[in-house]
Amino acid sequence: MTDYTRADVCAAAIADAFKDDGEIFASPMGLLPMLGVRLAKLTSNPDLVISDGESLFLAGVPPLFAKADVVEGWIPFRTVFDVVAYGKRHVMMGATQVDRHGNQNISAIGDFAQPKRQLLGSRGAPGNTVNNRTSYWVPKHSPRVFVEQVDIVSGVGPQRAKAAGVAAARFNDIHRVVTNLAVFDVRGTDDTLRLLSVHPGVTIDEVREATGFELDVPADVPDTREPTMEELILIREVLDPKALRHREVPDQEAAR
Amino acid sequence: MSTGPRDKRMTIDEVVGQLKDGMTIGIGGWGPRRKPMALVRAILRSDLKSLTIVSWGGADVGLLLRAGKVRKLVYAFVSLDSIPLEPNFQRARQSGSIPEVAELDEGMFQTGLRAAAQRLPFLPMRAGLGSDVLVNNPGIRTVASPYAGPDDQHEELVAVPALRLDVALVHLNRADKHGNATYLGPDPYFDDLFCMAADRAFLSCEQVVDTAGLTVDAPVQRLLISRMMVDGVVETPNGAHFTTCTPDYERDEKFQKAYAAAAGGSDEDWQAFHDRFLAGDEDSYQAAVRAFGEDQ
Repeated sequence: MTDYTRADVCAAAIADAFKDDGEIFASPMGLLPMLGVRLAKLTSNPDLVISDGESLFLAGVPPLFAKADVVEGWIPFRTVFDVVAYGKRHVMMGATQVDRHGNQNISAIGDFAQPKRQLLGSRGAPGNTVNNRTSYWVPKHSPRVFVEQVDIVSGVGPQRAKAAGVAAARFNDIHRVVTNLAVFDVRGTDDTLRLLSVHPGVTIDEVREATGFELDVPADVPDTREPTMEELILIREVLDPKALRHREVPDQEAAR
Repeated sequence: MSTGPRDKRMTIDEVVGQLKDGMTIGIGGWGPRRKPMALVRAILRSDLKSLTIVSWGGADVGLLLRAGKVRKLVYAFVSLDSIPLEPNFQRARQSGSIPEVAELDEGMFQTGLRAAAQRLPFLPMRAGLGSDVLVNNPGIRTVASPYAGPDDQHEELVAVPALRLDVALVHLNRADKHGNATYLGPDPYFDDLFCMAADRAFLSCEQVVDTAGLTVDAPVQRLLISRMMVDGVVETPNGAHFTTCTPDYERDEKFQKAYAAAAGGSDEDWQAFHDRFLAGDEDSYQAAVRAFGEDQ
């Protein structure tokens, strides 16, 4: 089984981040997270509750950006905030910066008072990270993204949550950081980013070079698992027949 | 002699005539969705200045910033969705031209509006703890729970201050002349909270109908706004353009692209966009939008 792309590996790794979540609202932000969550729902975790990214809970698992056939619920923004506080939610957000301690920045680059580059604003990251399980997806792993310290803390990592007190730490649960190169959690020494696996074809040194801080690298780092034949068929034939995933994570072979 | 509730219909300019320099104005909708854009455009044309704008922001915020109307911006994000970063917002932030900003978590917005709507000074929540929202807003305090938790700890929570508004501006699909209004799209957003958090609320809508017409083809649960929350009603067809107003119309993506290109372009690009679309009144805006659509 060698006929898969890096994007397929990422989709399966994202799916794995949601496999043990049980019956909760999976909230993917962005294309690969949406693909991975839908893949999880069709394989490892059929109990996941998924939405159209707007205001409907979908009973089926439609292809990316297709309209739903059956709707099973209503999730307007006001209810999203209720579910965040209720806690039965796992969000996978993007991240312009992630630091050694698993803090995330989507607010701005530079000084907050007059940023070099204004981004979205912190959106729901502060609330997500102290209420429900949160993961991050980074399609282009680089030292510009993985920095020693984020410029502005939008999403709160475990060390800062503990420092902020029990109300912040009680439900802080930074689960996975998935990139185009590797998979991490934040259970390294002193609550730092720890390398869990490298994608097939990627070396640990490549990951180190693409990271702007010292990673916690365990003695034995396995390869990220290959997608199964079932997963590849679901990805190619059902969920992403237009291969939109390769726009976010280009096919390594085709790029050469 | 009529015994019915009063007729609150007014014109766009009459609404803006009620606004004053320095007011705190909440703008309903969400990002690039169901924004009271006709009212925002009227503010652009007015002499109003030094406004505090409270908004889950889209082009409403970008336009007001570009026109120099904003003294303080309260936001959690500013985005056009299909174009994630709002160029006029970026430009204003990166040039340091907004005198005061308050970036909140997007859920804190709801809590702050709810506190204001319930006439409370604050409401507690977790959002903000540990993040730079509290660092960059040193005025936001925490409060200790008077009750011990399961582990005997008294949690220290964020005391989200009430987001009290002088005026709320919202756009709904249908309203009657008294201010009862329905949303027909997928999400109510927070327009009821905006109205209740404000001293006065002005509602624009696609169409004013008889009261009985509000529930002819829509379930009663779509009646989001009650007239007791509303001070003025104005019919502005296509008044949310170029944001969504589902099911009356979706976002005008081509126009939004042109807006973003002009906003992110040179001063001349912006001036040309301004002169073509924003220099006249709402009727001339709508005529220019129709001409733009025919050119595409």
